[in-house]
Amino acid sequence: MTTTLVTAPTTSPVGRHRSYGRYLAGKILGAVASLFFVLVVNFFLFRVLPGDPARTLGRGRFSSAAQLAEFRHTYGLDESLPRQFVTFLHNTFTGQLGISLRYRVPVGDLIWERLWPTVMLVGTSTILATLIGVYIGMLGAWNRGGPFDRVSTGVTLTLYSMPEWWLGLLLIAGLAVGIGPLPGLFPTGGLHSTDVDPSSLKGVLDTAWHLTLPVITLTLAYLADYSLVMRSSLLDELGEDYLLTARAKGLRDIAVRRHHAVRNALLPTTTITAINIGFVVSGAITIETVFSIPGLGLLSSEALSIPDYWVLQGAFLVASGAVIVANLGANLLYGLLDPRVRT
Amino acid sequence: MTSTQTLTPAQVARRRRTASMKATWRLLRANRSGMVGLVLLVAFILVALLAPVLADSQGLEVTRATGGVLEPPSLHYPLGTDDNGRSILTLLIWGSRISLFVGLSATVISMVIGTFMGLMSGFFEGRSAALLFRVTEWFLVIPFLPLAIVLASVLGRSLLNIAIVIGVTSWPGTALLIRSQTLSVKERPYLERARVLGAGRWHQMTRHVLPNVMPMVFANTTLTVAIAILSETTLSFLGLGDPTRVSWGSMLEDAFSVGAMTTGAWWFIVPPGVCVVLVVLAFTLVGQALEEVLNPRLRRSS
Repeated sequence: MTTTLVTAPTTSPVGRHRSYGRYLAGKILGAVASLFFVLVVNFFLFRVLPGDPARTLGRGRFSSAAQLAEFRHTYGLDESLPRQFVTFLHNTFTGQLGISLRYRVPVGDLIWERLWPTVMLVGTSTILATLIGVYIGMLGAWNRGGPFDRVSTGVTLTLYSMPEWWLGLLLIAGLAVGIGPLPGLFPTGGLHSTDVDPSSLKGVLDTAWHLTLPVITLTLAYLADYSLVMRSSLLDELGEDYLLTARAKGLRDIAVRRHHAVRNALLPTTTITAINIGFVVSGAITIETVFSIPGLGLLSSEALSIPDYWVLQGAFLVASGAVIVANLGANLLYGLLDPRVRT
Repeated sequence: MTSTQTLTPAQVARRRRTASMKATWRLLRANRSGMVGLVLLVAFILVALLAPVLADSQGLEVTRATGGVLEPPSLHYPLGTDDNGRSILTLLIWGSRISLFVGLSATVISMVIGTFMGLMSGFFEGRSAALLFRVTEWFLVIPFLPLAIVLASVLGRSLLNIAIVIGVTSWPGTALLIRSQTLSVKERPYLERARVLGAGRWHQMTRHVLPNVMPMVFANTTLTVAIAILSETTLSFLGLGDPTRVSWGSMLEDAFSVGAMTTGAWWFIVPPGVCVVLVVLAFTLVGQALEEVLNPRLRRSS
């Protein structure tokens, strides 16, 4: 019984480091397979439902049999399952994701239009959370058990245990509505004020003002992840021999930390950041609902109450696709940064 | 102490197990944050179990509500009332049952799937094991909330369905952990010895591999409950919970839909959220403490 674990060390040290090209090809193939599986799930989940999909999808909105038959025909539900799957694949690849039951416009257009507020919101929060989180985690690990470490671990663990949308509700109550005599500082929701042109300078500032609270909420929610991971990976590095060597050479503390320990500890954080960029699309469902920001998240949560299946399906496809692509990016980056994982 | 010669192998095994459990408990006792978590946890479980004693279940019915709409805290209603005039405290106490129940049953589902997939993909080799690993990786990558929303909207809204949705989407972390443990246990000499003696795969797996990975499963379970309770709250908040039951998440959904944060009804928003944070924190702290005790790699100083 041989396993890869056993056979790996017996190959020559040179051959162990496979070429980056082969590593790349393997990862790309895996991503394509994952994407295909997403499509399969997407297709069957909505069609292998108990009962008649047309009835489930219509949820009692048809009064006559003729209407039901017409609905079936428009959505191709009167064809055989394999044929439907082929049509589904064809439509997906040409960007036709169906027509929204609520908005009566193509789902593809709807998603494209709603993508940007989400990217803006989650992108900004991810960048802020990475920078602040990594810094907090680094300081905590470096003075392990010190007062800063104890306070920051306590705070980040609490943030980690908190539903991020609840934090958003609290911030709305405190900073947007105001407590007692204190006035609210920020708008309670929306992306911009109705009377301002969004493309002017004033409009940009207005949008930034609207996004402040949601960005703070998401940053606090994500920050916990980064600082906890950074802290534990730096703690792992601190026990390594090369740090002792660096100190023995007479390097100053800060140089050891900056040029030796943190560099290596950043590897896992890099991966998480890259993967989280993929979650950009899906991460904001609750926050956008709470702050009523017209992005993909709000689109999905509104589609839930109809239920607008094609919108849900499209949003799921875009969200999973983004994560798979980002994950591929993370793997490729990791392969470049750390040749050991290519084996 | 009787001499060891007279003991049967089963007795020796039992003694050893008791001794190691005692040692684990001692290490756990020394972990301060773990103990804080444990005390919190016991408190919440007691509240959930004693709910019928602590608060009349009639207080949950909208038609029998006695208070005014969104009354602030008073002597009669220590935490105020909701938009239907029900006491928030009563809702909170009964809500703990639903949150804990969904959290625990989702965890059981997740653990069973995760342990099975991890053991299989770690113990066996070849194409099918590789396929299992691929499936695990796929579930790990797919964003949780969109998948859960799609599943929940397809399955319909009931307590069991929400547990299934959470369980089915949250197992891959466990599977990967179990897989790596299985891979390392598989190469140990005593398993080779068992194979040489003619042990079948089933025997190897149930008698040697499983008992060795169980402690890790246990620590991981505690952490999974935390995630599951958070997920239940979020799904209920999005309106995917059982509409006939009160959970902390559904209370917050109510509070949000009546605009409690803009009308200043803080007593409708703060208590359910604080409960969620405390329970999740408790499970996380206990889980981390268990992990630290059971995983020698993490046991180092302090």
